[in-house]
Amino acid sequence: MSLQMISVILGSLTIASGLMVVLSKHPIRSVIYLVITFFFISAMYILMNAQFLAIVNMIVYAGAIMVLFLFVLMLLNLNKEMEPETTRMSIITAVIAGGTLFLVMITALRDTFQYGKGYVQVPVQDAGLVEKLGKLLFSKYLVPFEISSILFIAAMVGAVLLAKREKQIID
Amino acid sequence: MEQLNNIGASLDFYIFVSIALFSIGAIGVLTRKNMIVLLMCIELMLNAVNLLLVTFSTFFGNGEAQIFVFFIIVVAAAEATIGLSILIMAYRNSKSIDIEMFNKLNG
Repeated sequence: MSLQMISVILGSLTIASGLMVVLSKHPIRSVIYLVITFFFISAMYILMNAQFLAIVNMIVYAGAIMVLFLFVLMLLNLNKEMEPETTRMSIITAVIAGGTLFLVMITALRDTFQYGKGYVQVPVQDAGLVEKLGKLLFSKYLVPFEISSILFIAAMVGAVLLAKREKQIID
Repeated sequence: MEQLNNIGASLDFYIFVSIALFSIGAIGVLTRKNMIVLLMCIELMLNAVNLLLVTFSTFFGNGEAQIFVFFIIVVAAAEATIGLSILIMAYRNSKSIDIEMFNKLNG
């Protein structure tokens, strides 16, 4: 089994599970399919030798964010009749809009396709290793890194403040 | 060692996959009324962008794009937290997760 075949299978599985996120009726099934999509994307990162991002994607996305989504779903305790219904017209409109977006982007990137025909040889294949990325992150991108920690503190305080149960409920 | 030197498929295939994922996410944002699924579709679109960035980073052998992917993951985590807490607050006030509920904010 060649590497190309593996990546084609991975890509089609990613698209299929991404479609199931949108198509499945129950939100918990959507969450599970999204976790599967993230795992496939991580596998593609490993295939592209971006090992650090593959691990971060698995831990942060498939681990932390998706568990957060699942917790919220369990907390809300939704039942079948609470699922808001969509009209047929909006689905048709959205599919036309999304399909047009897809076609426009594919057409716009046609020149890139001709440039990257066949197998892609990677000039420097250790660009995605932890050592290289760590050196880059803590030298050139040190200030954005520190600012992102402030962003996290703001998000944490904001989440606690927003989700705090208030004494009287506003109607 | 010859096999390790390429990234599996050609560049156009990875671009195709990420554009397809982005369009699926966009269609999901436009069709679904459930707020949680909407947030998940936004995550899907962010991941499509990440995949494209990593593809080009590998193709050009430049690690800086992967730093940007790292920051996108950071911002996505913060965004998901805030979005979900807004959702919980909205659910407490109106007992519904329909996105149309936010029309009430319209004066």
